[in-house]
Amino acid sequence: MADDKLEMIELTESQKKARRSRSIAIGLALGALVVIFYVATFIKFAHSMPNGSM
Amino acid sequence: MALVDDTSLKDGALRMSEATAGDYFALLKPRVMSLVVFTAFVGLVAAPVSINPMLAVVAILAIAIGAGASGALNMWYDADIDAVMTRTATRPIPSGRVAPGEALVFGLVLSALSVMTLGVLVNWLSAALLAFTIFFYAVVYTMWLKRWTPQNIVIGGAAGAIPPVIGWAAVTGNVSLESVILFLIIFLWTPPHFWALALFKSQDYERAGIPMMPNVAGEASTRRQIFAYAVILAPVGVLPWVLGYTSVGYGAVATLLGAGFLWYSWKVLVMPQDDRAMRPAKALFGYSLLYLFGIFAAYLADCVVERVLAIGGA
Repeated sequence: MADDKLEMIELTESQKKARRSRSIAIGLALGALVVIFYVATFIKFAHSMPNGSM
Repeated sequence: MALVDDTSLKDGALRMSEATAGDYFALLKPRVMSLVVFTAFVGLVAAPVSINPMLAVVAILAIAIGAGASGALNMWYDADIDAVMTRTATRPIPSGRVAPGEALVFGLVLSALSVMTLGVLVNWLSAALLAFTIFFYAVVYTMWLKRWTPQNIVIGGAAGAIPPVIGWAAVTGNVSLESVILFLIIFLWTPPHFWALALFKSQDYERAGIPMMPNVAGEASTRRQIFAYAVILAPVGVLPWVLGYTSVGYGAVATLLGAGFLWYSWKVLVMPQDDRAMRPAKALFGYSLLYLFGIFAAYLADCVVERVLAIGGA
C-alpha cells in the first residue's frame, strides 16, 4: 500500500447507536430462528418416528 | 489512501444509515400485523383438529412476518405518495430514516423467510396461501390497483382477509367453508372501514392522487356504498351461527355487532353534505375496528368454550 495512513470513516454517535440497535436486533432474530428450527425439527421428527424409537 | 472520497460523502453517494431496529419494525406495519395475527390465530384455533402448540406458534410467527414483509414492500413502493399524506409522512422511508433499497431488500428477505419457514415446518398449502397474500398485497394491490381504480381496497381487501384461512390451513391442510366465511367477514368489512377513513381524509388522498371512492364517485355515492356493504356484512357475520357450527352466544354477539355496524353506517348515509367535521364517518371508522375485533373474539371464545365443554363431557 502506497499511503502510510489508512483513512477510515468516523461514525457519529447516532450512527453508532443505530448500528448497535440493528446488530442486537439481528442477533436476537437469528438466535430465535435457530431455536425455532431446532425445536420444530425435533417435534416433527418425534411425530414421524415409530413408537418407542425416540 | 482514503477508502471513501470526501466529496462522495457530501454528495450523499455513500449514506451511513441511522435507521434503528425500531425503524425496521415500523416498516412491518405493526398495527396491521396485530390484526393479521389475531385473525390468523382465530382461524388456527377454530380448526376442528389440533396442532402441536410449538408449531402453532411457528405458524402465527411466519404469518405475522409475511404480513409485515408485504407491509415493508408496500412502504417501499408507496414512499412517494406516503410523503405527501399527513397520515403517512412520518413513516421510515419518507422521513429519510430508512433508504428505499434497504426497505425493498428487507421486505423480500422476510417474504422468502416467512413462506419457506411455514412450508418446511408446518405445511405447503398454508405457505402457498401466505405467498399468494404477500404477492396480492405488494403487487396486485400496491403496484396496480391502488393508483388505478376506486375499487382498489375492495379487490385488494382480499389480501387482508386471507390470514384466518392460512391459520385454518396450517392446522388442517385444507380450506373449508368455515374458513371461507371468516374470509368473507373481513373482505366485506374492508370497504366500509377504509371508505369511512377516505371520507374524512379525502384531501390527503386527493393530494396524493389516489383514486379513492370519495374522490372519484363523490361523497354521496361512497356513503350509499358503505351502507350497502354494511347491509351485506351484518348477516354474513351471523352465518357461522345460522349454519350451526357456533353457539347461540356467538349468534347474539354477531347480531348486536352487526346491528351496530348498520346503525353507524346509517348515520354516515344521512350525514349532512355540509358536515365537514364528518363525525359519523370517524365514528364508523372507530366502530369498524371494534366490530372486527369483537366478532373474531366472540368466534374465538365460542370455539374455546366448545372445546372445554367437549373435554368436560368426555
